[in-house]
Amino acid sequence: MANLKINGKTTTVDIEDDTPLLWAIRENVGLTGTKYGCGIAQCGACTVHVDGVAMRSCGVTVGEVAGKDITTIEGLAAGGVMHKVQLAWIASDVPQCGYCQSGMIMAVAALLKENPKPSDNDINDAITNICRCGTFQQVREAIHAAANA
Amino acid sequence: MNQHVKLNRRAFVIGTATAGAGLALGLDLPFGGPAVVRAADGAPEVNAWVVIRPDDTVVIRIARSEMGQGTLTGLAQLVAEELECDWSKVTTEYPTPGQSVARKRAWGDFSTGGSRGIRTSQDYVRKGGATARMMLIQAAANEWKVPATECKVSNGVITHTSSGKTTTYGKVAEAAARLEPPADVKLKDPKDWTIAGKGLKRLDTVDKTTGKMIYGIDVKLPGMLNAAIKDCPVFGGKVKSFDEAKISGMKGVKKVVPVGDSAVAVVADTWWHAKTALDALPIVWDEGDNAKVSSETIAKWLAEGLDNAQPAYVGNQNGDAKAAIAGAAKKVEAVYSYPYQNHATMEPMNATVLYTPDKCEVWCGTQNGEAAFAAALEASGLPAEKVDVHKLMLGGGFGRRGMTDYVRQAVAIAKQMPGTPVKLLWSREEDMQHGKYHPVTQCKLTGAFDADNNLVALHYRLSGQSILFSVRPEALQNGMDPAAFQGVAQSGEAAIGYSVPNLLVEHSMRNPHVPPGFWRGVNVNHNAIYMECFMDELAQAVGQDPLEFRRKLMGKHPKHLAVLNAVAERIGWGTPAPQGVYRGLAQVMGYGSYVAGAAEISVTDGSKIKVHRIVASTDPGYVVNPAQVERQIAGSFVYGLSALFYGGCTVKDGRIEQANFDTYNSMRINEMPKVEAVMVPSGGFWGGVGEPTIGVAAPAVLNAYFAATGKRIRSFPLRNQNISFA
Repeated sequence: MANLKINGKTTTVDIEDDTPLLWAIRENVGLTGTKYGCGIAQCGACTVHVDGVAMRSCGVTVGEVAGKDITTIEGLAAGGVMHKVQLAWIASDVPQCGYCQSGMIMAVAALLKENPKPSDNDINDAITNICRCGTFQQVREAIHAAANA
Repeated sequence: MNQHVKLNRRAFVIGTATAGAGLALGLDLPFGGPAVVRAADGAPEVNAWVVIRPDDTVVIRIARSEMGQGTLTGLAQLVAEELECDWSKVTTEYPTPGQSVARKRAWGDFSTGGSRGIRTSQDYVRKGGATARMMLIQAAANEWKVPATECKVSNGVITHTSSGKTTTYGKVAEAAARLEPPADVKLKDPKDWTIAGKGLKRLDTVDKTTGKMIYGIDVKLPGMLNAAIKDCPVFGGKVKSFDEAKISGMKGVKKVVPVGDSAVAVVADTWWHAKTALDALPIVWDEGDNAKVSSETIAKWLAEGLDNAQPAYVGNQNGDAKAAIAGAAKKVEAVYSYPYQNHATMEPMNATVLYTPDKCEVWCGTQNGEAAFAAALEASGLPAEKVDVHKLMLGGGFGRRGMTDYVRQAVAIAKQMPGTPVKLLWSREEDMQHGKYHPVTQCKLTGAFDADNNLVALHYRLSGQSILFSVRPEALQNGMDPAAFQGVAQSGEAAIGYSVPNLLVEHSMRNPHVPPGFWRGVNVNHNAIYMECFMDELAQAVGQDPLEFRRKLMGKHPKHLAVLNAVAERIGWGTPAPQGVYRGLAQVMGYGSYVAGAAEISVTDGSKIKVHRIVASTDPGYVVNPAQVERQIAGSFVYGLSALFYGGCTVKDGRIEQANFDTYNSMRINEMPKVEAVMVPSGGFWGGVGEPTIGVAAPAVLNAYFAATGKRIRSFPLRNQNISFA
């Protein structure tokens, strides 16, 4: 049993403490916007916020995040208003297949919270998600647009 | 896309295939007039491509699959262009392959590969839009009792010019659907396009930014269980035994099932439980003789095929290259090789199946709905009218999801649990080690010059794996693979761009046991590297500029030359590069399009490469959405350079060694410069977009690396040469 506070709502799920947060979110809580890509914290497709910090949810266990505030892509829009990163993503038409984009957007939202006007170098250092479609050009453009929004 | 799933499931219930269109559901014959086929919500189909709702919403049917390449939006633009509807009211849906089969393949080919999504269906989907427009106008004219020629349409509003009467598509769709389609349909001149040809926003972006988009991995069905699978790590091996008792008590485990003779799956309440139990399941494999194969044994076997004494299949020939080389004043020879590559789609392979003795339904991402349908048909043993495939958004395709191995497995599992929906998901490790790999090849290139440094002969001898031999043996010609010559063929959609007086291009086929597949760019990838790097070697051998050297051989290939000139001009070839920056270029034709690329790089310590700038040009004939073409070009460079720097799947003891992104890495944002796309569509033909430019990505950078260091790299990936991104 674990109590997970996801997107402001606490859910009790009947799972083992060592279950990766990713699978608890997808299978037990039923929020599928957070994606499985590698399971070894390499690709970033499963990025969520834990107490406001971007984390790769495949690499943390349910036991480690009990009681903490978890935000997934579904909870990024506050009060029905899209986050500025999502709006910039739409304006720049960033996604191709889109599978990595939830994680990419969550990583960028966390970056902008810490560093509201990141330089290209800041982006290079902070955004390490894999995108096999190669949307990087639009990702960079949208990060700057969101920073200036 | 969420909506698409619901729509598709209810859109039409298929009647028996034998009775033809008459049994498509929703058919009504109110007054004995022509039949109207209806969508799930009752809206009439004007034809197979166009459904119009009373509120003027236009639903455009898309048979090809969307996997990020933008085809869904591009095809909708082409239909909407001819339909003259309001683009802001356009939505799309996928017909299912089962529906198409029941309606005599009303939607044509579903296959989405070979950069064919738009170019091989543009004609009939545009006709679908134009036909619907003519029927809608005729319906309004009939209502007004005026000739249709007196009516015009704009943005879905029909106007009778002289009286000023207006109506909308939504109001006349019902009547239009009852009309006979016109026999004579004229398509617009692309010069007059207002919706097609524009960089309109994609239709699927919002759901991809909110987490709402449903991919195959996200499917949920009532009572669904989850399966994890292990196939024999050695291709061609079998399961000898597995000890089910060891895991039967583990949490959530429902069943352990054999899948064919080579795989075992654990079915559990959640995938995490299934995977955890599968990892604990003792499995004994019968690995067979393939366990003796390694990258080294494969390389040795391929190298034997470079020997001219071995038989080879001639793909392109003029003059007598061997004789000309023997008598030449100067000779240049080089041997190149290219490794296996995994597609590594971000979403691992998966499919969800609900099987009962009366129905087999599949939900999956697939690049070829009809191939997935055929696979489900075969694996389920049910007749066509009892099988269907519901297509979902693909988390990447790149050629991998044109294969149906994962669909067959999922059906085989579900068949052992009738009535229970089961989602099969591969772990990343399973996905990396059971791919359909970019094939391995080697190439020996020999060029010969006369005393005046004119290139008089070129012998291009390829040795290695045929994709068609494994994937589509029926496409072989007398056992030989004509597709091996993609990019170096004499003519057709992947023709060589150089004229050499004595030319011999040939292939010695060697098929290792590792299963090959169509990997974005397919055979163009290695052929363009071999040819374009060697062109640079030839230019260097006679002390000529790589661009000028190529130009002299391209006089009879004006389209190839035009794109090469376009990148040369944009990158400033012939003008000084910034301090410490070096340039390289390449050109190739593939998938009906002419493309070229140029790169500016700097190199630190001889081994750390920074790519500063990339310019890529394409002449695909027509550009349907320049914003999406630009994205495809940039993406193809990320895919191609990831393979060049980081890729390469190696074989040890018969199995693939790389298991995840830690050993099969992919480029990140810090390594990728902006790609400047130069579109020079010349019209008169339809070429592809998704793949061609990947061909020039690697050779442009490799030629720049030579310019910077004086070193030729002929074996890949670069990480094996201790060359990396700076």
